[in-house]
Amino acid sequence: MDFLFTSILDGLMLGFVYGLAAMGLTLIWGVMNVINLSHGPIISLGMFGVYLLFTFLGMNPYIALIFVALFGLLLGIVIYFVAVNRVIDAPHLSTLLATFAVAMIITGLGTAVFTASPRNVDYSLGSVTIGNATIPVTRIVAAVLSVLITAGLYLYLHRTRSGRYIRAVANNRSAAELMGVPSVRILALSFGIGTMLAALAGGLISTLFPFTILAGGTYELKSFVIGVLGGLGNPIGALFGGLILGVLEGIIPTFMPATWVPVLEFGLFVLILLVRPQGLFGAKKS
Amino acid sequence: MKRTFFWSFLLILVLALAACGGSAEPTAPAAAAQPGETTAEQPAEATAPPAAETAAQTIIIGFTASQTGNQNVPSTGQVNGLNLWKDTVNEAGGIELADGSKVMVDFVSYDDESNTDRVQELYTRLATEDEANFLISPYSSGLTAAAAVISEQYGKVMITTGAASDDTYQQGLTLVYQAYTPASRYLTGAVDMLESVDPEAKNVAFVYENSKFSTDVVEAARQYAEGKGYNVVLMEGYDPETTDFGPFINKIQDSQPDAIMGGGHFQDGSTFTRQLNEKNVDVGFFALLVAPPEPDFADLGDAAVGVVGPSQWEPQAAFTPDSASAAGLDWYGPLGEEFVQSYEAKFDGAEPSYHAAGGYAAGLILEKAIRDAGSTDPAAVQQALDAMNLQTFFGHIQFDTSAEAHGLQTGHSMVYIQWQKDADGNLVKEVVWPLEGATADTIYPMP
Repeated sequence: MDFLFTSILDGLMLGFVYGLAAMGLTLIWGVMNVINLSHGPIISLGMFGVYLLFTFLGMNPYIALIFVALFGLLLGIVIYFVAVNRVIDAPHLSTLLATFAVAMIITGLGTAVFTASPRNVDYSLGSVTIGNATIPVTRIVAAVLSVLITAGLYLYLHRTRSGRYIRAVANNRSAAELMGVPSVRILALSFGIGTMLAALAGGLISTLFPFTILAGGTYELKSFVIGVLGGLGNPIGALFGGLILGVLEGIIPTFMPATWVPVLEFGLFVLILLVRPQGLFGAKKS
Repeated sequence: MKRTFFWSFLLILVLALAACGGSAEPTAPAAAAQPGETTAEQPAEATAPPAAETAAQTIIIGFTASQTGNQNVPSTGQVNGLNLWKDTVNEAGGIELADGSKVMVDFVSYDDESNTDRVQELYTRLATEDEANFLISPYSSGLTAAAAVISEQYGKVMITTGAASDDTYQQGLTLVYQAYTPASRYLTGAVDMLESVDPEAKNVAFVYENSKFSTDVVEAARQYAEGKGYNVVLMEGYDPETTDFGPFINKIQDSQPDAIMGGGHFQDGSTFTRQLNEKNVDVGFFALLVAPPEPDFADLGDAAVGVVGPSQWEPQAAFTPDSASAAGLDWYGPLGEEFVQSYEAKFDGAEPSYHAAGGYAAGLILEKAIRDAGSTDPAAVQQALDAMNLQTFFGHIQFDTSAEAHGLQTGHSMVYIQWQKDADGNLVKEVVWPLEGATADTIYPMP
């Protein structure tokens, strides 16, 4: 059963990155009740950001992440003002369609520019062997960075003025506005942070797996499952949701064909929605 | 109530996204741009049938091209190959028959939109209104299956190319002839190759994409391997969208095979290769479908070294008149390098893919059959095809003439390439199997 240990370790490493990917989605939902369907394409852009900086400027992928994060933040703020701000008080379907349109635009432009050919950030830090398990160092770095970014997000939300504003707007937007919180700016910032997290997750994933401009879609789907597991609107819960999903993906194939993984994952998704819609770790109270 | 509605809506949305994700992904590689394979050469509509009164006899060959839709890239290559063949024949004054008369070639083609219904409609039109003398298949097994039934129904001889699936030829058709190596023999050569490089190897793991093509290919290879006494220690399929092969690689390590075979298409194959390398899996032989022959596979760097892949044809495959006579076969048509040169000259320096070579080969097979028959009479051409046994730049061509699988390609075999490093440390693709076409020795065990 050596390979059960290897599988769990693999799953854990990946779970942190899944958690980071889902965090952006769940943060945006938590603050403004918007399901951001451009989440997947932004993950793809994060992948391509690292790819382009690494391939054409020879930049270390982890340094490139800083630029990708900045790009993600600015892109999110732009998307917010262009597509979301004017429909934010409209029914869910309007914001859903607005972000879906953004997703289609990014995917269309991305496919035209980059084609749908697979790309690969050819960067390796070698592997380490723990017992019988060989783990690529890039996976360990991705997991550690995901934890650090999550910790940073937690500190930001709880220790800074703008972080507290974000929590205040998430909690009760009207009350926050009455207290003088500039809610539009805070919403734009939250959207920007959400897309920044997506782009960062994409950038980290690009150091692990090859990808295409369409690859973000897979992680967007996982983000939905993780968001529901951890509680939609609860960014820290997303990290635990990610870990659960990662470990499931590691363990399930050791007992049955790997094609069962999505069946069980989405089965779990439906089950959680039915019996505990606030998620395992509690969602934002609405 | 509102909340219940919302959660149900979210659930439906995610399920819908999942469904979309599933269907969109496999088409991605087809959408990849391949420079040089433009569609500019293809007639968008039917070219006018020539006047019947012309002095030299002119035959009409009908086919459809996927100018749009997800088969566009390989289909364009195939049609480029066909156009090159037509120009070569017509520039030489036509196909010369035994009585000294010449037969010129004209094409009628339409855009099938990569759509089966369109194929049925258009091949009916080609056979009836356009009065095509002979037909060539569209690209892909699925579209060809639809076209083959029509060609049989209207009594037209059809050469298929770009269509590897065996099923089409097992339905009692008598006029359909396959240029490609069928799916059932796609990977069996890899088993022979393993036997040749390491008679001691006993355990094989099959890990493959869950698609009809890959499953058919691997199932046939498994039976072949078991027939040769190999133990199949792992047989597992993966989803076409898989990006994390960790769980499969862990299973492979647990089952300790001497060889891994399988794969599916480009993206999954390259990911699988990369992760196998990262995990330092100790395996001597690794053969994958589809991905390795693609030039982009070299992007994997050192992870690509030693990986073996089957290809219908490669530019450096050493099929020559000498190799034909060594195998006791007649040679027909241009040399491989002549084909590559004229293709590059015609299509702005683009290297021909095996789809392009397959298109040219389909024309060449028909040309030889008309020559051998000494006429364009369908029955005579059918007889000539049944008797055909020759070697071309594309490889050995011979057809099954039994009632069970008439027209199935029995002569042609895949060539197997392996990524190796040249003296300067650059990655190069070498043909390593079959031995008579090899340009380098197999690296075994892979590094």
